[in-house]
Amino acid sequence: MKTDDLIAALAGDVTPVPAHTVGRTLGFGLALGAVVSSAVMVLWLGVRADLMHAMMTGPFWMKFAYALSVAVLGFGLIDRLARPDGEGGIFGPLIFAPLAVMVALAAYQLFGAPEDLRMKMMMGSSYQVCARNIVILSAPIFVGLFWALRALAPTRLTLAGAIAGVLAGAAGTLIYAFHCNESAAPFVAIWYTLGIVAVGALGALLGRISLRW
Amino acid sequence: MSDAWRCNLYKGSGEIELEGFGLIAAEAELKALMLRSLAGDGTAYATLLRRLNGHLRAYYLRRLGPGRAADAEDLLQETLIAMHARRSTYDPTRPFTAWVHAIARYKLIDHYRRTKRLAEDSIDDPDLLFGSEDSRAAEAQIDVDRLLRRLPERTRRLIQDVKIEGLSTAEAAERHAMSESAVKVGVHRGLKSLSAKLEGDGS
Repeated sequence: MKTDDLIAALAGDVTPVPAHTVGRTLGFGLALGAVVSSAVMVLWLGVRADLMHAMMTGPFWMKFAYALSVAVLGFGLIDRLARPDGEGGIFGPLIFAPLAVMVALAAYQLFGAPEDLRMKMMMGSSYQVCARNIVILSAPIFVGLFWALRALAPTRLTLAGAIAGVLAGAAGTLIYAFHCNESAAPFVAIWYTLGIVAVGALGALLGRISLRW
Repeated sequence: MSDAWRCNLYKGSGEIELEGFGLIAAEAELKALMLRSLAGDGTAYATLLRRLNGHLRAYYLRRLGPGRAADAEDLLQETLIAMHARRSTYDPTRPFTAWVHAIARYKLIDHYRRTKRLAEDSIDDPDLLFGSEDSRAAEAQIDVDRLLRRLPERTRRLIQDVKIEGLSTAEAAERHAMSESAVKVGVHRGLKSLSAKLEGDGS
């Protein structure tokens, strides 16, 4: 095909593009995945029985705030990295801020607790399944975000994949927090983080392969 | 498109520099066209694509080097299609030239990656490396030359003209100031003598 013909064909195909299409495409993928993931959580794990009571306590909101802040920063980052000239900017280093706060809170609790309680605060009663459940609940969101990214134009594929993974992991964690009844900050700092990082690593690996365009 | 609009290569700044007019003037004009295109203005979009076409062709031609014009054209078309399909990823608060450059560069790197893999594939194939017919043809050529040199000068010329260069008997007759039948006889004898020498060599 001649390039002049191509240009004519493309120019004839132009339709108005609404502003913020990138954010909406990503948001759609995220929301679709979150709906599936929530359904899986409710049907498979079940909402914690004492949710109403737990929602009046600090630890529930601590977990909620940790996952939500990572998710919000992750969304800000992926909205930039989905563009060819996208740079993380202020969101780049900022995504580590919730982790820093969480680790500080965990350390504070650990040092303030009697020695024989410390192991219990780190391992809780569900350390064997916590990270695994987060990865499973993140999967539908991960798929939704990657599907959205494939229609966009990331050029740093490993980084974009990693951030999409972290965002999916954080959103999956947010959903998991409605089931999980752990309340110690050290547990959250270790096992929630591990789940999110695992999904992020998966995203970095798959991003290189599946986000090419 | 005048030369003044040619891309002046990527310099690591994340932007395409333009000779003469400067990046700022190009940025302002191209960005205005892009914003109208995103609003659905087909005329502005056609103008924009033609402008980008000139910039991108120069960019790829310089990057791929001389003799790769066909590759540059393929890459150019692929880039225009990618830009069209993903034009929603342009953020109007950022420079348009940086967006174009990022896509052009991504497609160039992708091209390098693909062609590098192709080159590796062919080197990895033993058939391609050892099954070459070209060297055998070259060796055969050397043998024929060696044999021909053993014929009398006049007969050798006749065979070269008729059997190798492909002249007609009439043309060869004219070139050597001989009759056509003399040429035919000369060639026939020459070939016969050649095959006798070949058989002699083979034993």
